Amino acid sequence: MTKDRTTYSTKEAHDDKLAKLNGVIDEYKGKPGALIPVLHEAQKIYGYLPEEVQYHVAQGLGVPLADVYGVVTFYALFTMTPRGEHNIAVCMGTACYVKGAGELVNKIGSELGIKIGEVSEDRKYSLEATRCIGACGMAPVLTVNEEVHGRLNADQVGEILERYKV
Amino acid sequence: MARCSHILICRGTACVSSESLEVQKELENQIKDKGLTEDIKVVHTGCFGFCARGPVMVLLPDATLYCEVRVEDIGEIIERHVTGGEVVERLLFRDPKTDKTTPRIDDIDFFRKQVRIALRNCGHINPDNINEYIARDGYKALGKVLTEYAPAEVVNIIKKSGLRGRGGGGFPTGLKWELTRKSVDDAKYVICNADEGDPGAFMDRSILEGDPHSVLEAMAIAGYAIGASQGFIYIRAEYAIAVDRLSTAIKQAREMGLLGKNLFETDFAFDIDLRLGAGAFVCGEETALITSIEGNRGEPRPRPPFPAQKGLWGRPTLINNVETLANIAAIILNGPEWFTGFGTEKSKGTKVFALAGKIENTGLIEVPMGISLKEIIYDIGGGIPEEREFKAAQTGGPSGGCIPASLIDTPIEYDTLLEIGSMMGSGGLIIMDDRDCMVDIAKFYLEFTCDESCGKCTPCRVGTKRMLEILERITEGRGREEDIDLLKELGHGIKETSLCGLGQSAPNPVLSTLRYFEDEYMAHIRDKVCPAGVCKKLSKIRIIPEECKKCGLCAKVCPVGAIKGKAHEVHEIDPEKCIKCEECIKKCHFNAIKK
Repeated sequence: MTKDRTTYSTKEAHDDKLAKLNGVIDEYKGKPGALIPVLHEAQKIYGYLPEEVQYHVAQGLGVPLADVYGVVTFYALFTMTPRGEHNIAVCMGTACYVKGAGELVNKIGSELGIKIGEVSEDRKYSLEATRCIGACGMAPVLTVNEEVHGRLNADQVGEILERYKV
Repeated sequence: MARCSHILICRGTACVSSESLEVQKELENQIKDKGLTEDIKVVHTGCFGFCARGPVMVLLPDATLYCEVRVEDIGEIIERHVTGGEVVERLLFRDPKTDKTTPRIDDIDFFRKQVRIALRNCGHINPDNINEYIARDGYKALGKVLTEYAPAEVVNIIKKSGLRGRGGGGFPTGLKWELTRKSVDDAKYVICNADEGDPGAFMDRSILEGDPHSVLEAMAIAGYAIGASQGFIYIRAEYAIAVDRLSTAIKQAREMGLLGKNLFETDFAFDIDLRLGAGAFVCGEETALITSIEGNRGEPRPRPPFPAQKGLWGRPTLINNVETLANIAAIILNGPEWFTGFGTEKSKGTKVFALAGKIENTGLIEVPMGISLKEIIYDIGGGIPEEREFKAAQTGGPSGGCIPASLIDTPIEYDTLLEIGSMMGSGGLIIMDDRDCMVDIAKFYLEFTCDESCGKCTPCRVGTKRMLEILERITEGRGREEDIDLLKELGHGIKETSLCGLGQSAPNPVLSTLRYFEDEYMAHIRDKVCPAGVCKKLSKIRIIPEECKKCGLCAKVCPVGAIKGKAHEVHEIDPEKCIKCEECIKKCHFNAIKK
């Protein structure tokens, strides 16, 4: 019984996402330069861009799948692997780097047992190194789900992770 | 009766991350509770530039600046300052060197030496309210241009002002406008390059967050001057706050009839759309940016044809950087002669720098061209923290180079920076002290360009990789003496043969550090020592016998069992086993372990 309900709601969620994606494709179809904005929206909907989504976008916009794949793999913000529920991005800009961003990465990595680009086993956390986010005045900084935390040192890492535990 | 009329609170990215939103909320609640809503207006503004001390707020009319304001401090500010008319001494800016406090924002050294043209409204107005921009003469320049000048006259004004592109290269802006104007086509485009990608640079983000309309207005002026009716702002998707503020600004400008058709009751029409980048540094290069807007992989194309002839969708396109555009309205209103009154012979006006790294006052500053590095570091920046020694300043990000302490009096302008092997770049200014290793910094930038190289041309794709491998072996103690010459040869080859600006400037960080810090490279290669103690594989961690209290804690925390010694004996580290994790240094209570 429970299982059926889960299947049902997963299917519902799937349909819902697909309807959203189709809406986006319809909005942009035929406009020049539509591919990148559509991929941005698609990633917002699905959290990442698996092959199936790319195929659907390619069909919808009438763009060769190779071009879609080419664009997805070219730009760093597009990802083909799902991220964790909480995505931790440590800024690797110069200011953060000279103020110890590398230590932050090591500490987070050892706390969560993951390396840059990986997702924790429970899918709760993912870790990435990001380009300068321009908060150099607060270096070193990291963002968790786009929330910025600044003026950090490795000892504060545990406290920050704790906040996102739920 | 309140002793204060306005409270301006900074909502730039840095202040928001130190909870300025919560501070603002508390402020508004308390003002409401005290029944002062009628008397005091709380305004959130863009970046003041004083990021090191955020969250900051300014109380008008006295222009009192309070730093590092916490939610708990609000009660005291309301009670003592707002109703009591007394300054809250403990929240004022305190000079760490003299221990003196300064109440007025304009009297603080950090602000006193600045000249704010591009940042004229940042920290003064609410960026989400077009009326505040209009109240400070916003859109007046657009009105003036549309009703009083012919397009060619506008181009002449910009040419006369001597304004040069603030994105890095320093190409004369007026000339770019003229070239695009002279290209004949029935459609042309204006693009604002807001793909600020240099690590350590946040000037453009701050302008877009603090004064988005100044960019919109300038784009419309440019559109009129060159004959375009459509503009695009290509902005990094990572700049969430700036994207929001720009969207709001565009919407408000359209509602007020300041974008759209028949602007100022003329035939001129102009509209602007946003395009979000997707995380590719190379897209800051203008031809790559155009390719990206067209929906492709952001790879640069050879020039000529220049964008001024064949740009977006093959049409003549004008591309200006955010800071360049932020100067335009001020030049139109005050005249080109006023603008040429600032700066030097070949570099007119001011430049915004993002000051970061080992400096007291990290933040955003705008200074006249020609100011010396020394003035920026010591007068405005407040010097190096912990009384350390200034070693080098990095300008121009991955395209620039390091300026050594011996050249600290060099005037900062386009041409002098090029002469000393660096470049103006977009305005990142990273200060480094004696604990920063120049080989490591060069390696850091090369890792960046190597990673961001789009791969289209071989010199950049393969050349940067080969240079990086050499730097890696030097920092790991496997360097060879001939590596120095090899780096130079490769570097010059890449500069001469790469397709776009990214590749042509990629070797700069290596070449400039080689020029001024060759002895540091040699120390890594010949003596297998990193003088700054940064390169882990070259550092040796040792226990000072005289300081060691024989407690054995270090041996316990060592994860690889590299520390040997019996209880009550001085311990020793086995360099073969040590992985330089520095855990023992952190744990030792007696500072007996050094690297």
